[in-house]
Amino acid sequence: MSVALAADAGLALLILGLAVWTSIARTAGGAVIGFMAYGLLVALVWVRLAAVDVALTEAALGSGLTGFVLLGAAARLPRDAPAARPGWGLRLAAGVVSAAVAAGLAAVVLLLPVSAPTLAPAATANLPALGLGNPVTGVLIAYRAIDTLLESVVLVLALIGLWSLARDGDWGGRPGALRSADPSPALVLLAQVLPPLGILVGIYLFWTGAIAPGGAFQGGTVLAAMWVLTLVTGLTRPPRVGGRGVRLLLVAGPALFLAIGVAGFWLGGAFLAYPAGYAKPLILAIEAALTLSIAVALGLLLAGPPLAQSGPRA
Amino acid sequence: MTIALTLFTIITVALGVVFFLAGTVGLLRFPDTLTRLHALTKADNLGLGLVVLGLLPQVAWPFGGLKLIAVWLLALLAGATVGPLLGHAAWTQERGREPPP
Repeated sequence: MSVALAADAGLALLILGLAVWTSIARTAGGAVIGFMAYGLLVALVWVRLAAVDVALTEAALGSGLTGFVLLGAAARLPRDAPAARPGWGLRLAAGVVSAAVAAGLAAVVLLLPVSAPTLAPAATANLPALGLGNPVTGVLIAYRAIDTLLESVVLVLALIGLWSLARDGDWGGRPGALRSADPSPALVLLAQVLPPLGILVGIYLFWTGAIAPGGAFQGGTVLAAMWVLTLVTGLTRPPRVGGRGVRLLLVAGPALFLAIGVAGFWLGGAFLAYPAGYAKPLILAIEAALTLSIAVALGLLLAGPPLAQSGPRA
Repeated sequence: MTIALTLFTIITVALGVVFFLAGTVGLLRFPDTLTRLHALTKADNLGLGLVVLGLLPQVAWPFGGLKLIAVWLLALLAGATVGPLLGHAAWTQERGREPPP
């Protein structure tokens, strides 16, 4: 058995064990931490499968951001709430359904013909026309641009859904879910030291997405994480949800994407078609605006609905 | 020279692995959260530091090496932040009062 195979087998066993541990964990908080570690290990699996784009997204969104949301939810549950401990029947049913999905996926993968049908050569062959080097970005922003456009709109819709949970009197205030009353000095130091580096990494991820793994979602998530760090420690205040600037930032990405897509009717011959020769700069402009919008949307999603007492109302 | 560098890598990385092993044993065997945290952060700081030091001669200079050093520094920063946070939470939870300053 080669070293790589042994490492992969160990990784797979570790993930299975962690999955079992997460589903039988005694506290909701423990289960969430198990889930986050599980997500990081799954990201390692994606790296082993040479899908670095997916690995970045899994680590940033699947493990980090989702874990953060779940951790907040677990902390708000009363310790002995019935919702915090689903019954064994429900857990068993969830386990059976998950196992069935996993078995179905495994069967599909194992039943694939030896040379699985693939569009990868076609996707790679057309990359030079777009001026891109990363086929994943080509798929996301050109071949299947409509999916990405709708995804970016969904983020804004999700935020509107969250904001609609605010009470009438709180509307227009600042989101208040993140601010901790007495942040640890160690966390404050981290929030002062890390953001310059994190912002650099976020911008780099967006910029390098054109030629290497990375892109608007990964870069935006890192930027959002840095913002959330300063929000949690109270170094910055969340913006009022009624503010014009924050709303402009939120819709800038989807709006620019849509505008360039509509312009494609005249310039490229179809919706979301890029005019020949201008694909690369247009794609970079869309990705830059998307990165900002995604960062603001994710940060505000974590910051929760607006609260009135966080400041005088406008 | 190459043999000397390879030997250096093998010895330093092996030393780093010893620290990780010791840290893991400590994590499993130590009696309470604070001592376990101590074992874990030692493994991270020194073990990862030695592994990175050992790998430095094997990667392209400057960017490969600088990336490795950056990984180590970021792990140090994360450990130095999470250690006090977890320690404070564990102390408060286990003893039911705030730790002394």
